[in-house]
Amino acid sequence: MKSPPFEYARAASLEEACGLLHQHGDAAKLIAGGQSLVPMMAFRLLRPSWLIDINEIAALKFVAFETDAVRMGACTRQCVVARDDALAARVPLLRQALAFVGHTQTRNRGTVGGSLAHADPSAELPLVAQILEARLVLRAQSGTRTLPAAEFFAGPMMTNLRAEECLEEIHWPVWRGRKTGSAFTEISRRHGDFAMVAAAAQIAVDDDGRCTRVTFGVGGAAPTPTAFPELARSLVGQTLDKAKTQAVAHEAAAMLEPDSDIHASAAYRRHLAGVLISRVLLEAYDAAGSLQ
Amino acid sequence: MSETLYSITVEINGARRIGQVSARTSLVDWLREHLHLTGTHIGCEHGICGACSIMLDGEPIRSCLMYAVQADGHRITTVEGLARPDGQLSILQDSFCEAHGLQCGYCTPGMLIAAQSLLDANPRPTEEQIRDAIGGNLCRCTGYQQIVEAIALASKRIAEGAT
Amino acid sequence: MSEAKSPHGYRYIGAKRRTKEGPRFVIGRGRYAADIALPGLKHVALVASPHASARILSIRTDAARAAPGVHYVLTGEEFCAHTDSLPIGVDAPKVTRWALARDRVRYAGEWVAAVVADSRALAEDAAELVEVEYEPLPHVTDPEQAMGDDSPLVHPAHGSNVILHRNFVWGPVEDEFAKAEHQLAFRAVWSRNATVPIETFAVAAQWNPATEILDIWASIQMPKYPDQTAKALRLPGNAVRVHYDVDVGGSYGVKRGIKHTVLVGYLARRLGQPVRLIEDRLENMRGGDMHGPDRSFDMTAAFDRDGTIRALKIRAIDNVGAYAGRAPFQLGKPVSAICGPYRIGAIAYEPVSVLTNKTPQEAVRGFGQSPTNFALERTMDRVAQFLNMDRIALRQKNLIRADEFPYTIPSGSTYDSGDYHSVLDKALAAIDYPALVRRRDAARQAGLLAGIGISTCLEPSGGNSAFEPLLNPKNETTTWMDSCLVRIDLSGAITGIMGTSSSGQGHETLVSTVVGEILERDPAQIRVIHADSLNALPSNSPVGSRMAIMLGGAAAGAARRIKDTLIAIAAHNLECAKEDLEYRDGNVSLKGVPEKRLSWDQLVEIAHRKFHQMPPDIEPGLQATFVWEVPTGGGLPTSDGRVQIYPCYAFETHIVYVEIDPETATPSIKQYVCGHDCGVMINPDIVHGMTYGGIAHGIGAALYEHFTYDDNGQLTSGTFMDYLLPSALEVPTITIVDHCTPSPLTTFGQKGSGEAGYLGAPAAVANAVNDALAPLGVEVNTLPISHLAIWETLSKTTQDDK
Repeated sequence: MKSPPFEYARAASLEEACGLLHQHGDAAKLIAGGQSLVPMMAFRLLRPSWLIDINEIAALKFVAFETDAVRMGACTRQCVVARDDALAARVPLLRQALAFVGHTQTRNRGTVGGSLAHADPSAELPLVAQILEARLVLRAQSGTRTLPAAEFFAGPMMTNLRAEECLEEIHWPVWRGRKTGSAFTEISRRHGDFAMVAAAAQIAVDDDGRCTRVTFGVGGAAPTPTAFPELARSLVGQTLDKAKTQAVAHEAAAMLEPDSDIHASAAYRRHLAGVLISRVLLEAYDAAGSLQ
Repeated sequence: MSETLYSITVEINGARRIGQVSARTSLVDWLREHLHLTGTHIGCEHGICGACSIMLDGEPIRSCLMYAVQADGHRITTVEGLARPDGQLSILQDSFCEAHGLQCGYCTPGMLIAAQSLLDANPRPTEEQIRDAIGGNLCRCTGYQQIVEAIALASKRIAEGAT
Repeated sequence: MSEAKSPHGYRYIGAKRRTKEGPRFVIGRGRYAADIALPGLKHVALVASPHASARILSIRTDAARAAPGVHYVLTGEEFCAHTDSLPIGVDAPKVTRWALARDRVRYAGEWVAAVVADSRALAEDAAELVEVEYEPLPHVTDPEQAMGDDSPLVHPAHGSNVILHRNFVWGPVEDEFAKAEHQLAFRAVWSRNATVPIETFAVAAQWNPATEILDIWASIQMPKYPDQTAKALRLPGNAVRVHYDVDVGGSYGVKRGIKHTVLVGYLARRLGQPVRLIEDRLENMRGGDMHGPDRSFDMTAAFDRDGTIRALKIRAIDNVGAYAGRAPFQLGKPVSAICGPYRIGAIAYEPVSVLTNKTPQEAVRGFGQSPTNFALERTMDRVAQFLNMDRIALRQKNLIRADEFPYTIPSGSTYDSGDYHSVLDKALAAIDYPALVRRRDAARQAGLLAGIGISTCLEPSGGNSAFEPLLNPKNETTTWMDSCLVRIDLSGAITGIMGTSSSGQGHETLVSTVVGEILERDPAQIRVIHADSLNALPSNSPVGSRMAIMLGGAAAGAARRIKDTLIAIAAHNLECAKEDLEYRDGNVSLKGVPEKRLSWDQLVEIAHRKFHQMPPDIEPGLQATFVWEVPTGGGLPTSDGRVQIYPCYAFETHIVYVEIDPETATPSIKQYVCGHDCGVMINPDIVHGMTYGGIAHGIGAALYEHFTYDDNGQLTSGTFMDYLLPSALEVPTITIVDHCTPSPLTTFGQKGSGEAGYLGAPAAVANAVNDALAPLGVEVNTLPISHLAIWETLSKTTQDDK
């Protein structure tokens, strides 16, 4: 399982990386943490002529706090994000999701941007990006553009990143409500495995326990991580209990057409989606309500 | 039509090592085949088994998922670098011997790297934290029990002031 | 260095000791096959068939040969003409097998060509350039379909897909069925899995044309490996030198890369260069031929209302894949414990070994005993459920009692010793069974599914190949030996030499402990080395949980001969009778007259340098060999298929507590106790280690591991992403409680323990899941019990409610 041959360039800056992407087009791929890319090279499923290494670009490794968002460089290591308490206070779903991402070694090398760009439909960080409506800044030699997560993820392992573009930053929205709770859960065969189904929710409530803002979604049950904005909106103004969350979850799950594989059938995935959505809604709601 | 060779300089176990590698040479293959540091092992080459674990700049990673060229300018610790400066076994290594935390020895270097990193960051881990730290290192001989006991023993001995 | 006292009155045996193997592994100085540098080494990559069944129409190698760094491309046409087929143990002479296919491929992943290049990477590049033209043929992967008349034939020359089909009837089976008050029948399925070591198979070979020796370094655990290699290469046996001092990174039965070795050996001779093949994980999973049993059991039990099991009928169909290998015999070894630890007087056993277009099987830990134990233990639980009887009480009623040993079972094996009830009691006490029941019931009250699983199982140990003549009467073989050489050199240092490889079982520790015990010298000072196959005494390698018994016995035998020699030298020099002498710590003195004494160093010096002081008839130097046949071995089966297969029987009982989230169908093992009796343990840490590891293997087989195939005969779990090995987060903390019923047949009363844990864990975990599902009236009898399987089983209940 030795990789096929390729040429290597270590970009010292984002400009340099984009210049190389522009030069080589489809024949080049960016390598960040490599946790998803290198196995594909080992299986010889990918054969880029060029790998452009962006691990050493300092400008891509940062976490900056702004009023309504956290700006994060695409090459920020997952372990750095997981350890950052100030970040966890602002975007708690990131730490919650990262608890399910691989193992220590994976998170020490894997990057946040790399996971998003790889766009595995069952991956944890893309699900968080989807339901929080993160914004992704894409840089090319020709310029910069920003896409909301919903327009970034296109299908299984597919994004709308163009061949000459590099993911530069992710902007994670911060909910400023005092009583905000979040939850992330997944079912996998073993700890750290790809999720069969994952679910995430974030809820803000007022002092009467009524939802003021709701978002939730599932991963692993569709070609991309799936949010349910309309169903989420329908919960605004309501108090939640198990019956309500189960009803919403059931409705959401019925909209899904998951795949079957050797680990889970479509029916089982749909069932899990229903169970896990209800659980994260309730857990997020209770977490929000328990705050002062 | 030969492959381009890239010059790299890497600090390995405290020593500066220089290499000329093709881009596709994995870090673990460079360590094993070019530098003859065969203590780091290959089990799957797709990032699951952890037998190839080494420390990159002090943190455990899978060396099968990194190309040697990417290590240029970085600092690596392999199992060969875990012993004490005077060559004696580290407390962790000695604890593995005391608690029989190994059988065939194949996963052991990766386990030691993961465990040493854990103890460096968290000298008094709970059993749950130990299992989590080695969760990315597969073993087929031991059922993990005596490995966990070895790490716990090392933690206890460190707490008691052993060096 | 902590050492505790031994519980059996021994000084070293049974006491906690550090292993001799540990120090090299913790500093990364193990010496595995892939670590061995040979100047000029060339590397092999394989071209594998994408089809489950196909005719090979043509192979074009020009482009591959022209690729950078390539030295040779070998196909089956050349290879099969110059080497002999690998041996076929069953009576199926047309089911021939080579490492490379010729004319036909019979499974997806079968090797079709081998590329030799300057590096593995270049060999893989070139392998992609080999052009093979195939004509796909119909394939079959289901064994019962394969047994049908219309099935495609995997080996048309054999005339059918069945390579073994026997009907054994031991005892008055039909009588007992007629008399029994009740019967039940069901099918238990053990899906294909294996022990999958973290190190793949690796072999390097080098031919020396001057000495005409083929040197081999391999990650090997296999009897007759040098012999079979030589034979296939058409060389005399003494032209092959296997280096057993190579560390093997785990095997648990599967590291029998004989096909890899013949291939690499041939290439090494052909090219005049050292050649190495390290399977990558893809090659290993699909084409390494290391899969384990893939077996269904149709069980019928005849029993009375009081719980007495009168008779069993067992039909076992095993899907061995595209070639015979060693696998069919894995239907034979369980004959040695076909009724488990129970007093069942009549058994009918119908083993069927079937060829299909799947990867061939190889020997796996327990050699078929674990699947058989799983089927037996599911039977016990179903009988208990049928009778509304407590599962423990049912077992206690049927377990052979301590006062009944030695106990001969209907198929002819005699169980040497045991006290199954005591071990079970110890395990129940250790887990605090009444409290566990309360825990389970409380969990159920709280809305979880919760279950306790029990298994009481045997581990036949000592090894022997009596299943060969049992299943193939044309193959009369009864020798199954092992050996040890012990030498004391001029400096007085002791060396033990063993003649086979080790893969983590701690044999060096075993030999040094035993030799140290007999000679009363510190085992820490005793060196143990591995001979190569040219200078080794005969061995049958570590299979069938045999080394504690056989290597331990041989080491003791050799050490005793040396001790006798020392005493004889002393008697001669002190001019007295041997009976008047006292041997202590290697020094010999006259009883009652301590100053009339010869020290160890003095005795050693006489033996090596002072022939004039030696007694007549004693060889100079100080060395002894001991070669011996397995106890109870040497007998052929009777005409009705009765034979003693292995000599000794270890026993294990597992008690497992599992909780299942009913909504997500996820199981979680919360408590685990194993009661274990393998007689005298020579090194408790080593025995416990293998038991923990065996349990982890068993949890894998019960819940996670499965070589799955699709309708195209493609392996769909051929990487570690889909073939799921349990991590430290899936294997719980395990408590082992020991018991000791020494074997009357062995030197120290030790029984084997290399397969411990694995033989009873899948049964107990399966029983625990079923206990959790029982209140809902559903069950699952197919392993692995995945999340999906649990959910689909649970879904049946809601459907039934509608």
